[in-house]
Amino acid sequence: MTSVSLDHYLVVSGILLVIGVFGIFINRKNVIIMLMAIELILLAVNINLVAFSSVLNDLTGQVMAMLVLTVAAAEAAIGLAIVLVYFRNRGSIQVEDVNLMKG
Amino acid sequence: MIVDFFFYLFSAVLLVSSALVVSSRNPVHSLLFLILAFFNAAALFLIAGAEFLAMILVVVYVGAVAVLFLFVVMMLDIDFEELRGGFQRYAGIGAAVGTGLLIELALALGGWKLAPQADQLRLSPTPVNVSNTEALGRVLYTDYIFLFQAAGLVLLVAMIGAIVLTLRDRKTSKHQNIRTQTERTVAETLEIVSVSLGAGTTASGGFLRPKEPEPEPVEEVHDHAHH
Repeated sequence: MTSVSLDHYLVVSGILLVIGVFGIFINRKNVIIMLMAIELILLAVNINLVAFSSVLNDLTGQVMAMLVLTVAAAEAAIGLAIVLVYFRNRGSIQVEDVNLMKG
Repeated sequence: MIVDFFFYLFSAVLLVSSALVVSSRNPVHSLLFLILAFFNAAALFLIAGAEFLAMILVVVYVGAVAVLFLFVVMMLDIDFEELRGGFQRYAGIGAAVGTGLLIELALALGGWKLAPQADQLRLSPTPVNVSNTEALGRVLYTDYIFLFQAAGLVLLVAMIGAIVLTLRDRKTSKHQNIRTQTERTVAETLEIVSVSLGAGTTASGGFLRPKEPEPEPVEEVHDHAHH
């Protein structure tokens, strides 16, 4: 870690996490933007992991960040596939009224 | 000093562009802001000394995930103005939850300090005089090899899942139907035509011949391209 302290990174990643959560709430209809907001949340997690790994001189944090990256990529692929199938069946991506599974 | 300046610059651009991701009206614009946010996060990783992760972030997120998003956004024919409807309705609860979360995070950050024995608890200390990529590789392929393989398994399952979800049989394409093929019997395929002596076979239609195949029912093709 150079001159930038850990608290700076924590503040940035905290604000990024809040922006992602807020984005999920205000884009309740558009599932693609919701997926992007989830990517932002995972990016905030990654920044946290990397900052701690850097300040503690411990590489484990970077390994964990790589695993988070993997999961994020897989989640984006599966999520977009589900969006595609939903759009094919319903002709829209209005996820606000998805209750196909309701009995 | 100059590092501080660049840190503030990159984090400011990161936060502004991520705010624009969630508030932009056009999903293509928000996707481009997402790419900008990823680039700035990669720069923050570089400042923190994680060069390999910064490059991986650019390659994986910008090169694969963002292009996947762009592909889906542009392929689906969606009226995005219609999707903006609930903005005001959910902005209140979103702001409430976001503010609560921010206050919680600020409290956690305010009352937090590093444990004094944290230096002794390191699992894999960063070696000196070794580049970040090599150090990460040494740790990842020895201590965390099972986690690494599990990550590969996650990617494999995601790939199979995405293919299974989106693969669709085209009704016009000809392909082998193994079930019908193995269930074929002689009785339903061939018919015996009795031919009287000396009369020739053309009148009764010839010899053993394959039946006319029944026309397969053409299912309705779902096409939402034109709405």
